[in-house]
Amino acid sequence: MDLRDLLNEAMAGMLARPVRTALTTLGTVLGITTLVITLGVAATAGNQIVGRFDALTATTVTVEVAENAKAAVEWDAVDQVTRLRGVTSAAAVAETKKSANLSVRSNKIIDPTRVTDQTLTVVATSTGLPGAVKGSMIQGRYFDAGHLARQDKVVVVGEQAAKMLGITRPDRAPAVFIGKHAYTVIGVLGAMQREKNLGTAVMVPPTIGKRFGIKDVTRVLINTSLGAADLIARQAPTALSPGNEAELQVIAPPSPTRARDAVQNDVNALFLILGLVSLVVGAVGIANVTLVTVMERVAEIGLRRSLGAARRHIAAQFLLESTLTGLTGGVIGASLGILAIVAVSAAKQWTPVLDLRLALIAPLAGALVGLLAGLYPALRAARMEPVDALR
Amino acid sequence: MPEPVIALEGLTREFPADPPVRALSDVFLEVLPKDYLAIVGPSGSGKSTLLNVLGLLDTPTSGSYRIDGIETTTLRDGERTKLRGSRIGFVFQSFHLLAHRSVAENVMLAEVYRSRGARERRNRRARALEALERVGLSHRVDFLPDRLSGGERQRAAIARALMGGPSLLLCDEPTGNLDSRNTGAVLDLFDELRGQGLTIVVITHETEVSDRAQRRVRITDGVLVEE
Ligand SMILES: Nc1ncnc2c1ncn2[C@@H]1O[C@H](COP(=O)(O)OP(=O)(O)OP(=O)(O)O)[C@@H](O)[C@H]1O
Ligand SMILES: [Mg+2]
Repeated sequence: MDLRDLLNEAMAGMLARPVRTALTTLGTVLGITTLVITLGVAATAGNQIVGRFDALTATTVTVEVAENAKAAVEWDAVDQVTRLRGVTSAAAVAETKKSANLSVRSNKIIDPTRVTDQTLTVVATSTGLPGAVKGSMIQGRYFDAGHLARQDKVVVVGEQAAKMLGITRPDRAPAVFIGKHAYTVIGVLGAMQREKNLGTAVMVPPTIGKRFGIKDVTRVLINTSLGAADLIARQAPTALSPGNEAELQVIAPPSPTRARDAVQNDVNALFLILGLVSLVVGAVGIANVTLVTVMERVAEIGLRRSLGAARRHIAAQFLLESTLTGLTGGVIGASLGILAIVAVSAAKQWTPVLDLRLALIAPLAGALVGLLAGLYPALRAARMEPVDALR
Repeated sequence: MPEPVIALEGLTREFPADPPVRALSDVFLEVLPKDYLAIVGPSGSGKSTLLNVLGLLDTPTSGSYRIDGIETTTLRDGERTKLRGSRIGFVFQSFHLLAHRSVAENVMLAEVYRSRGARERRNRRARALEALERVGLSHRVDFLPDRLSGGERQRAAIARALMGGPSLLLCDEPTGNLDSRNTGAVLDLFDELRGQGLTIVVITHETEVSDRAQRRVRITDGVLVEE
C-alpha cells in the first residue's frame, strides 16, 4: 500500500465527520495549551528573576564605616578580609565630602579655549581596587605596595575622568594637578562592574590621600564566591576591626527567598500535573471516539478487507486517524499556548522566552497522545473477521 | 479443458455450536472461465457461507478449494488477503459504498490495497473512469453515493469490483435491494460482462435472476445439487 494512499484514506476518514473530530481534539488542545503555558511562562518568568538577582549582586558585600568612628578600620586590615575563605577580592576606599569636589587640571594645554579644570572626586584606595570593582586597567597599571612604600606621587584616573582631562597616553607620564601639587598618572582604570562612579574619579594611594584629608577608610568592597556572601557578611566586620564591629555597617545581597521559590515551584508543578491530566483525559476522549468510529465503520472495514486490505492496513489507517487527530490538537494547543505566553509577557512587560523545542515538541506530544489512544481501537478494527464485518 | 476458476472438492464448513452447525456439507463444484452460475436455495441453507468461502473471507473446516489452480485452504491469512484483492471482485446486496467519497473515489478504492507503483497510482482515476464507462455510469462520476438511485449504486459497486480485472465476480443477492427496473439493468450488465469474458457467481433467491444464468446449483441444508 502506498503511504500517500494511507494518508489519503486516514484524512478522508477524519474529515468525514469534521465536527466530531474537532470536538475529539478538545482534550488534547486543553492539555497541550496548559503545558505550553506552564513551561513557557515559567521559562519567561525565570528569565526575569535571573535578570534581577544576577551573580554580580549575589557575590557583592560592602562594609561602610560609620562617619563618627574615626580610624575604625586600618588600611592593612583589608588583607585580613582577603584571607577569609570565600573572598575573591577586596579593597579599602577612603573619601570625604571634601574630597568629592577637588579641582583637577591636566598640565598639557593643547587648546587654550578648552577648560582643563575639572571638579572631580579624589579617593584613596588600597592597591587591590581594580580587582575589587571588577574593572581592568585600560592603560598603564595600578599603584602597588612599592609606590606606597616610596610615597610616590602617583595617581590612577578613571576612564571618563581621563577623557575629561584629555589624558590619552599614560606611558608618556602625563601629570595632573590636584590643587597645587602635580602627580604622575600611571594608569587608566575602566570597565568597572561595581562602584561605576569611580570612572569619573582620581584614585590616589593612601599615602597621598592624607594631603587632601582622606586618611581613614570609609568603605571596604568585598567580592565573594557564589553562595559565600552570607557568611562573609557576618565575618567581615570582625576581620576588619575586632572590637569595633558596631561601627561597621554591612551591606550584603538579599538572601535568596527560597520560601517564595518553593511556592512558585509548587504552583508550576500543579499546573504541569493539570496539563498532564488534561492530556490523559484527551487521550481517553480520542480512544473513546475512535472506538465508536470503529464500531460505526464495521461495514467499511469489511469492504476494505474484501478489497484486499490486510489487518495491518486497517490498523494503520485507524492509528493514523487518531494520531492526526492528536497532532491537530497538539498544533492548536501549542499555538494557543504560545499566544498566551506572548500575551502574559506583554501584560507584564517581560521579554517572552519562546523555546523553539517546546513549539516543536508540543504538537508531537499531541500526536503521541493520539497514537497511544488509537492503539486499542486500531487493534479491535484489525482483529475483526471480514465475514463478521460484512454481515 | 481450461483450468477451472473455482474447484471445490469435498468442501465442508462447520460452525462450532452445540450441536455443531454444518452449513456446507461435502460440496463438489467446478466453475469454468466465462461461466455464469446462480446459487439458489432457501434461507439458512448455506448460500452466504459458500460465497464467503469462495471469496476467501472464510475458511472451510475441511476439503479443498482451488482458485485459478491455487490451493487456498493451506494459505496463510496474508496470502489469502492478497489473492482476494487481486482475483476476486465482490458485489454486495447493500452496495457498501463509502458515503463521503465520490463515485470515482469509491471505484478507485479497489486499487488502494494492491497498488504496485507510482505510475499505476497516477493512472488510477483513468482506469476508474473506464470501469464506470463499462457499467454506463460516466455521467455520475463525481456524485456522492446518496445522490444515486439504487441501480446506479449497484452499478458503481460493480465498477469497483471490475477494477484491476478480477478472475471472478462474486455477488451476494446483488438485486436484493433493487426494484424490477433496476434489477433488469443490473442483469443486462451481467450479461454484457459475461460476454466480455468475466466469470460470475450470483447468489439469489429471485427466479428472475437465476433464470438469466447459464448454470444453476441449489443448496439445501448445506448440500449442493446441480440443476
Ligand atoms: N457464525 C456462525 N455460527 C453459527 N452458525 C452459523 C454462522 N453463520 C451461519 N450459521 C448458520 O449456518 C447456516 C447457513 O447460513 P447462511 O448465512 O449461509 O444462510 P443463507 O443460505 O445465506 O441464508 P439467507 O438466504 O437467509 O441469507 C444457517 O443455519 C446459519 O444459522
Ligand atoms: Mg445469506
